[in-house]
Amino acid sequence: MDLENQKRVKDFAEQYGPENVVVLLGAAEGEAAGLAAETVTAGDPTYAGPLAGVPLGLSVYHICEDDIKAVVPHDVYDENVGMMEMVLNMEEIASEMQSMRSQYSKY
Amino acid sequence: MSILAGKKVICIGDRDGIPGPTIEECVKAAGGEVIFSATECFV
Repeated sequence: MDLENQKRVKDFAEQYGPENVVVLLGAAEGEAAGLAAETVTAGDPTYAGPLAGVPLGLSVYHICEDDIKAVVPHDVYDENVGMMEMVLNMEEIASEMQSMRSQYSKY
Repeated sequence: MSILAGKKVICIGDRDGIPGPTIEECVKAAGGEVIFSATECFV
């Protein structure tokens, strides 16, 4: 995750309280989704950014996960995300996301 | 309660996947409040 975005995520979590913040990702691949999810839960795995060693434990999902699809009106979802969802390897992405949440997410 | 309704949502989109503004549209429709949105390039 961009170092600048890590700083923003950290600041927002402090400002609003980590229990009130949800991070939604749009990553194209499972590995990238997993790294971003790890960054906002366990801390930056590359130890390069402001979230290095900062386990925020935020709630984090990919926009195409079933849990998110279930709460977005179908027409809005189909219009905005439907096409892209078809070309993503959702099995891989969902598996990475669930793994990170179950290990590190606190909310 | 919904995962997104009433929550402060940070959208981290991907240039090669789903961009930030697209995620924003979905969050708003689901009753969440977007506090930050960006589109990253993971290359």
